[in-house]
Amino acid sequence: MDESRNGAARLLVVDDNKVNRLLLTRSLELQGHRVSTAENGRVALEMLHKEAFDLMLLDMEMPEMDGFQVLEQLFNDPQMRDLPVIVTSSLEGVDSVVRCIALGAADYLSKPVNPVLLKARIGASLEKKRLQDQLKEMVRRFATPEVAQDLQQSGFSLGGKRVYATVMFSDIRDFTPLVESQTPEETIDLLNTYYTLMFDAINSHGGVVNQMIGDGLMAIFGAPLPLADHEASAVNAALEMIELVEMFNMERAAADKPQIRIGVGIASGEMVAGYAGTSKRATYTCIGDTVNLAARLETHTKVAKQAILVDGATRNKLSDQIAVVALGAIEIKGKANAVDVYSITVK
Amino acid sequence: MASPTIDPVTFEALQETAGADFTGELVDTFLEEAPVMMAELRDALAAGNADTFRRAAHSLKSNSLTFGALTLGAMARDLELGGLDSVRAANAKPLDALANEYAQVAAALSELRNG
Repeated sequence: MDESRNGAARLLVVDDNKVNRLLLTRSLELQGHRVSTAENGRVALEMLHKEAFDLMLLDMEMPEMDGFQVLEQLFNDPQMRDLPVIVTSSLEGVDSVVRCIALGAADYLSKPVNPVLLKARIGASLEKKRLQDQLKEMVRRFATPEVAQDLQQSGFSLGGKRVYATVMFSDIRDFTPLVESQTPEETIDLLNTYYTLMFDAINSHGGVVNQMIGDGLMAIFGAPLPLADHEASAVNAALEMIELVEMFNMERAAADKPQIRIGVGIASGEMVAGYAGTSKRATYTCIGDTVNLAARLETHTKVAKQAILVDGATRNKLSDQIAVVALGAIEIKGKANAVDVYSITVK
Repeated sequence: MASPTIDPVTFEALQETAGADFTGELVDTFLEEAPVMMAELRDALAAGNADTFRRAAHSLKSNSLTFGALTLGAMARDLELGGLDSVRAANAKPLDALANEYAQVAAALSELRNG
């Protein structure tokens, strides 16, 4: 994307009128962009399916397929709805302009188009697209394809919202002595295998890993995508994680390497979810008491000598299939009252 | 006093931003396309095709304003908003008036293009 960093972009000009097409193309080429043209909406959509464009300038009044129909099609196409569209038209009436914006047009320029305004609007739309692409890339890396798609459809927003979800924290017990006893290459190799297994277990139960720190990770169930039974899904993911670590340990034993053990803390409740960070680096995360509690429960697995600890809100949603032992009320740092803690029995 | 056939400020601004040579080519394109749009208006009127009529009037309006042909643009806009019925009610006279104004615009643009 070196081109777009210089301000140059791939643009598609859609207009049935030849004079308009020539003039717009000329103005845009003088601004350093690469321009293709289409003479109606149908041709434009064909080109959009074949080639990647950074932005489209769209006329409204056209034969075969008009601009409104093009906007509608783009709006309903998850692959293309992020393409910024600037409507260039001389439509009569505010209603038509409102309809364009409601259908997702980024901006509206009336014809004849003023070249200075054109330049400013294109610059603003391309900048917005760049930011959105960065967010998309971030989500692609940290979320399952379903979640990434959902976020794309619902639109990216840096603002937060309140959700009811389940949070999981997990890490490797006594990892520091282990690191000191082996080569750096062995440590990275171990972490890569470990993360692959944990991601697999979490994603297959509908969770999203949103943070990795050293040997620890944080995962969310029930946000940003709603998930039925997010409490049970998180617990089942934890059980599968323990099982996968056991299998991994058998391999390690055969290679004469030390065993690893993990601890998992899970809590459910209301939390604030959203993108946090700066425009350059943002991550989807959850914040609140529930999140803190899950982190404390994970730490407490060491004291309680249990693999999986959950809070009451999670425990109450579990079916009889899952064996639970009540450990009673436990003082948790940061909580005024003692919290009921439950251990999930690992077969 | 009637407004000039071609608004000089608009035309000069066009030459300045797009270049004089390019503007000349653009004028040529308009002089090729505009008679087609005028014919479309008459055909659509005869065939009673309101959509085609509105679209042709819309295009003519848009192009006229690009070159500063403000009177022609305003006439085309009236056709776009008034639609087929108003022209039919006036016995197609607005199309004759449009043709007269276009003849003046074409002459003026040809002069500007060569001058």
